[in-house]
Amino acid sequence: MNHPELTDRLRLATSLPMQERNRVGPGRSRKVAQAALVLMSGSMALGGCISVNAPDKPIVIELNINIKQEVIYRLAEDAGNTIDKNPEIF
Amino acid sequence: MSLRWYLGRLAAALLIGGVTAGSLAVAQQRDPAYAAARSAGQIGEKMDGYLGFVVPPSADVKRLVEDLNIKRKAVYAQQAQAQHATVEEYALTAGCLAISRTVSGEKYQAPDGSWATRGAGPPQRDARCP
Repeated sequence: MNHPELTDRLRLATSLPMQERNRVGPGRSRKVAQAALVLMSGSMALGGCISVNAPDKPIVIELNINIKQEVIYRLAEDAGNTIDKNPEIF
Repeated sequence: MSLRWYLGRLAAALLIGGVTAGSLAVAQQRDPAYAAARSAGQIGEKMDGYLGFVVPPSADVKRLVEDLNIKRKAVYAQQAQAQHATVEEYALTAGCLAISRTVSGEKYQAPDGSWATRGAGPPQRDARCP
């Protein structure tokens, strides 16, 4: 019957220095959490900027930049014939 | 009697032939709604080889243009395969030519991406266009 009481007191005694250590811990983790919050809010703000600016016309032109002039010249005659043969869709 | 019968048959055959040829010719032309939207400047030729909306389209014009663009893409894909090119390469080439073939008053996409109205002179085109 006495054993539980003793162990309880011992735990209390040992837990005090542990709590002091833990007090240091939460302080650091709070700073880390604050830094994380700042980073997150920063990245969210950045994300918002990108989502507003992304859909723009020049992107389409950039995709077509990879197409070489020589390819277009090679296909020109056939493409002209294709337009002539399908006047209802051109 | 037999001559009149023969001439009657000939006339009928010519008439049927003429009507058939006429209906085929009509089927080969632009849909009137497409021609109207085009000449009104509501839609224009884009650089990428497809039709685009210059102004927010009505439901009918939107459906019409989407249908035409699907048909164009099918033709581009078929021809691109035959020419060992990508669909985008073929479509861009056709876009160059389609912009060249616009007539005065029609809309087309200039190299900077804006809509331009075709005047009497040549259209503004991509530097790579033939």
